[in-house]
Amino acid sequence: MFSYLLKQLASGLVTVYFIATATFFAMHAVPGDPLMGNKATTPEIRANLARKYGLDRPVLEQYGMFLKNMATGDFGISFTQHNRSVNDIIAKHFPVSAILGFLAIVVAAIGGVMLGSITALFKNRAPDKLIMILVIFGVSVPSFVVAALMQLGVTELNRITHLSILPVGGWGEVGHMVLPALALGLSTLAFLTRLMRSSMLEVTGADYIRTAKAKGVSPTGIFFGHQLRNAILPVVTVLGPAVAAITTGGFVVEQVFAIPGLGRYFVQAVNQLDYTVIMGLTVFYGAYLVGIVILVDLLYGLIDPRIRVQKT
Amino acid sequence: MTLRKVMSTALAPALAFAALAAGCSKPKAPDTLYFSMANEPPELNSTKATDQESSFVLGHVMEGLTRVGATGQQVPGVAERWNLTDQGATFFLRKDAKWSDGKTVTAHDFVFAWQTVVDPKNASEYAFILFPVKNAEAIVQGKSPVASLGVKASDDFTLEVKFEKPCGYFLALTSFTTYFPIREEFYSAQGGKYGAEAEKLLFNGPFRLTQWVHGASLEFEKNDAYWNRDQIHLKLIKVPYITSDTSARLNLFKDGKIDLLDLGKNSLEDALNEEFKMKRYLDGSVWYLQYNFSEGRITRNKNLRKAIQALFDPSEYVNKVVAVPGSIPGSTLIPQWLGGKSTQFRQEYPVAPSRPNIALAKSHMDTFLKETGQHAPVSLVWLTGDTPGSAKEAEYFQNLFKKHLGIELRIDKQIFKQRLAKMLSGEFDIVAAGWGPDYADPMTFADLFTSWNENNRGKWKNDAYDALIRRAQGTTNPVVRMDSMAAAEKILLEDQAILPTFEKSTVYTHSDRLSGFRRRSVGFDPDFTAAKIIETQGAR
Repeated sequence: MFSYLLKQLASGLVTVYFIATATFFAMHAVPGDPLMGNKATTPEIRANLARKYGLDRPVLEQYGMFLKNMATGDFGISFTQHNRSVNDIIAKHFPVSAILGFLAIVVAAIGGVMLGSITALFKNRAPDKLIMILVIFGVSVPSFVVAALMQLGVTELNRITHLSILPVGGWGEVGHMVLPALALGLSTLAFLTRLMRSSMLEVTGADYIRTAKAKGVSPTGIFFGHQLRNAILPVVTVLGPAVAAITTGGFVVEQVFAIPGLGRYFVQAVNQLDYTVIMGLTVFYGAYLVGIVILVDLLYGLIDPRIRVQKT
Repeated sequence: MTLRKVMSTALAPALAFAALAAGCSKPKAPDTLYFSMANEPPELNSTKATDQESSFVLGHVMEGLTRVGATGQQVPGVAERWNLTDQGATFFLRKDAKWSDGKTVTAHDFVFAWQTVVDPKNASEYAFILFPVKNAEAIVQGKSPVASLGVKASDDFTLEVKFEKPCGYFLALTSFTTYFPIREEFYSAQGGKYGAEAEKLLFNGPFRLTQWVHGASLEFEKNDAYWNRDQIHLKLIKVPYITSDTSARLNLFKDGKIDLLDLGKNSLEDALNEEFKMKRYLDGSVWYLQYNFSEGRITRNKNLRKAIQALFDPSEYVNKVVAVPGSIPGSTLIPQWLGGKSTQFRQEYPVAPSRPNIALAKSHMDTFLKETGQHAPVSLVWLTGDTPGSAKEAEYFQNLFKKHLGIELRIDKQIFKQRLAKMLSGEFDIVAAGWGPDYADPMTFADLFTSWNENNRGKWKNDAYDALIRRAQGTTNPVVRMDSMAAAEKILLEDQAILPTFEKSTVYTHSDRLSGFRRRSVGFDPDFTAAKIIETQGAR
């Protein structure tokens, strides 16, 4: 088990290294000058800036410097926010995205498993049909449209009721998290519902369910002890990548609800060719994704004993 | 069925959560203004700030030697009075100007800030704005020591500035962000992090930045140490929302969460339906097509440029494409709102608006084809940005050129930095460009197309134009300056070096409780320093 984990971690490190290297050279290949602003600077001012950020040196030397600094966990200072280190940007804004993403995942996972189970239990009856219509909506409408619609809806609702039922945007209070978490989690919720439904239906016909019924186990017992536990496995598998995607991919939702998450900084950095921020965030996201995948591997073994790593 | 019970138990916390979040209806605090910014300032070190957000924040929390007054003229700030000559300027500082920690603002604080701006180690992008000060350019180039900058404090309250050459618009520069004072001992104590956080700043302006949560919110409190505090009515400016999403900001305004809202093209229609009271102002920028004059480009041919000019109808363009009320059809480089010798520059030097003439355009085009031996369709590269607005603009010209001149316009859409890079390296035939003013003098536009200006991306070069601008830059005599700039502009327009398209207007709406704020074409905008909150019953 331990050596398996070690092997996984080692291959994870190699993956992150490749991500970093590929991004570094791709980024430098993008046309455009990171030091260029709306108004042109004199060659002397530009030279002073280039010296400050080490951009006056050959790319390979910059790459060497970057690797050396990355090994110590230092990604340098942002090009556009001259006084902020990339680490500070990650430390301040990743937690926001993470909280939001976590809530979205909770909504998606609980909702998905619950709705999926309901649809399977009521197969082809009204609840099933109603939920599946909602699911199709959730899968096909992108989160930024959902976010905008929700925001508009709440604005109108607040106006009609002359109350602040929910805040339209901002961050800091519990109320601020409700709409964005729903908007962000909706498509995953819909996807998980469908997955749960089909996997639940598959399980319902299995032999061991019939055995359990024959033994006289109560419907509730069968549901929780046999159906749910077996049907949830595929859900856990897709949950891993979904966690990573949601915690890192909320940029548009963050914009709509004026939330200070990390996604905004990533998109800005790419638009502004802010080299240090692009590199820092890519490596961070890469490492995060790899970490989650390893974690899911381990979790999988916990849920299904058959998949536990064999001792060699 | 027990299962249904389980489901309803699971739903209960969710409902309770929603109920908890509800009922947080808070009334607005008195004398408090609520505002939303599109982006947060990248940083608040005045020696390095280049963007509008930083300029907005710094304009409220800092003060330079002068401020821009209600009618656009320079009024006393930290400096009580001043003497300007051809060789330099002396500023006499008021003795009651204080930093937010109670210490006095002295002439040394200006000397330190200006020296930091030109220090090559500091690599300030806006160092060029100090070039009228003696030796500034040489210091930036590393040819002269920082201490040689032509500014010194002869005592705590007297600041002596020496000019590189006579500078007729120097006073207008002294309210600019880059010219703000910084106290050396405080700056050095921040270990390179000056301006990175609210607590890493000292303030000498009408407000203090008391809270800055990165990416989330800012809060300004009235600065009780400010010398002119009696004229400041707001107690608090709150910026609880930072988002560049225009419909999100529209929703925040509809929900009564913010007091001022700029309306983009998309939100204009919404605002009309909502029957918002709308106002407009010129944001100061001038937009134009810039032709490429590099070797081998067909846009070097004057008849081609004349054909395009004869074809182009600025009024139709402003109505159909720009479509923001209040925008002015372009006919000049120097905009309508700028002052001249004694009144408005454009009143003193009027330019007749051009009228489209398709027949004339076609005949110019024929001459061009004959001169160059080209055959229709001629192909041109149009460099533009990646916003929906620039796409619409490009398509308008694409249709126009194709229909009447048989020109095939190839649209090269690029993201911001790539577009700038391509502009600089000259990879275009025509680029749609705009320019926002740095200071309130026609020179901020007029020197754009000199051969030495890095922003002259089309590399147009005209010796007479250069000479006229040099003459205007070498004197403080307003008549000579304005005459020279007007003559230079005439050369520019007659040679069709650029094709002015429009002067941009911004439409905005505000809540009933907000009054007394100002929108400005130059300097920080919006200006809330004189704003007031009037509480009315049932106001949004």
